[in-house]
Amino acid sequence: MKYTEEHEWLLEEGDLMVVGITAHAAEQLGDVVFVELPEAGTTVTKDEEIVVIESVKAASDILAPLDGEIVEVNPALEDNPGLVNEDATGAAWFFKMRVSDAAPLADYMDETAYNAFIG
Amino acid sequence: MGRQGMTDLRITPLHGLHVELGGKMVPFTGYDMPVQFPAGIMAEHTHTRTKAGLFDVSHMGQVILGGAPVEQIAAAFEALVPMNVLGLGEGRQRYGLFLNETGGILDDLMFANRGDHLFVVVNAACKEADVARMRAALEPAISVTYIEDRALLALQGPAAEAVLSSLNPAAADMRFMDVATLTLNGAECWVSRSGYTGEDGYEISVPADAAVDLARTLLAHGDVMPIGLGARDSLRLEAGLCLYGHDIDTNTLPAEAGLIWAIQKARRTGGERAGGFPGADAVLAQIDAGAERKRVGLRPEGRAPMREGVEIYAGTEGGEVIGRITSGGFGPTVGGPVAMGYVPSDLSAPGTVVYGELRGKRLPLTVTKLPFVAAGFKR
Repeated sequence: MKYTEEHEWLLEEGDLMVVGITAHAAEQLGDVVFVELPEAGTTVTKDEEIVVIESVKAASDILAPLDGEIVEVNPALEDNPGLVNEDATGAAWFFKMRVSDAAPLADYMDETAYNAFIG
Repeated sequence: MGRQGMTDLRITPLHGLHVELGGKMVPFTGYDMPVQFPAGIMAEHTHTRTKAGLFDVSHMGQVILGGAPVEQIAAAFEALVPMNVLGLGEGRQRYGLFLNETGGILDDLMFANRGDHLFVVVNAACKEADVARMRAALEPAISVTYIEDRALLALQGPAAEAVLSSLNPAAADMRFMDVATLTLNGAECWVSRSGYTGEDGYEISVPADAAVDLARTLLAHGDVMPIGLGARDSLRLEAGLCLYGHDIDTNTLPAEAGLIWAIQKARRTGGERAGGFPGADAVLAQIDAGAERKRVGLRPEGRAPMREGVEIYAGTEGGEVIGRITSGGFGPTVGGPVAMGYVPSDLSAPGTVVYGELRGKRLPLTVTKLPFVAAGFKR
């Protein structure tokens, strides 16, 4: 698993990349009450705001970690956004994308580096 | 109240307890306050609605108006607020408003007749200005004493009566908006049966050096959980209560803010002591003629919260901004997003659909009768 400074995690699954937010980020956000995901088929550019996540405290944007196409979004989050607080790195994945440019992946952190990053 | 280290934030007598309990501390109106405890805002909110929550509201200003017969104090205070103060019986409390010369709201407050003085509680952000305003208007005939050696706790929720009665049975004899002096845990406390959550409960002014012990005694009760500012906000929003600086401010008059109920008939046009408070002409004119806009409850469709600042439109496309959301978020008891805001009076009837613009999209908002959650007061 790789991690961004925006507190996203990326996991390769076959030829797709699964993306979500870290448990640390979920804890910082507090109880998540709404997640707005992009539509499957959307072409996205790295650093574009593609997910809105609302907690009881505030709204936050999640950026596309890489260039590519959104292939699938997690339907469970629409009815149960609180899943993000329960299982951020598992059942609460946000979307799966087909990456068109994987080069920036080399700059993302591994778990040890991420844990040091969040201190 | 003390100051904390290098941050220059003030702290309340309960600060150490908040930290010990795992409170997530944030700056709030100059104080280092807990926004939530480990249970989280959702759980804290629900616990207050079903059992009881303990809140530290010591950042609010506590003021005693004394030094003269209470009738004289009441008469003088009527020159500052549009409330019937002379008609407030001993042992009773009322909601009040400070207004400017054009009728705009400077602060909202609670005031109580405690026999030989009035006890006033004002918002933290406004307290210095409020004290200065009262001093300028009332001294020297009346003494204005800012109380700095007492904490203020709120115990709110359906279990509050049983919990507080276990410390002093007289708590159960109080009804909504009663005030009394009660010995709690050995300390002399000034208690009111009120709060700002829409639930039954009490606000307790306690000597600062007894505050932590009292809080620990209350928290030792299985039904009581510590509650942070986050849940305090979602509870008061569901209860349809105004947050000063957001839902009401110097640009809002009482009538458009839906606060006519707080101005008793004696002070309105035709009343026995009509007017005679700052901004009276404008305030009474708006009550008599009807306001052009009104504060209303708004329910966004779907799950996306609409927060303060969201612009409101009459239709799905084009047109001018007709209003703004002044408070909004997720209502845990409602189970969906809730908001309050101002709309033109002809669009203020419950059931009317208007549109809030969220991230470039206009989404339906249904005007809804306040409160969103029925009050649990013991009248």
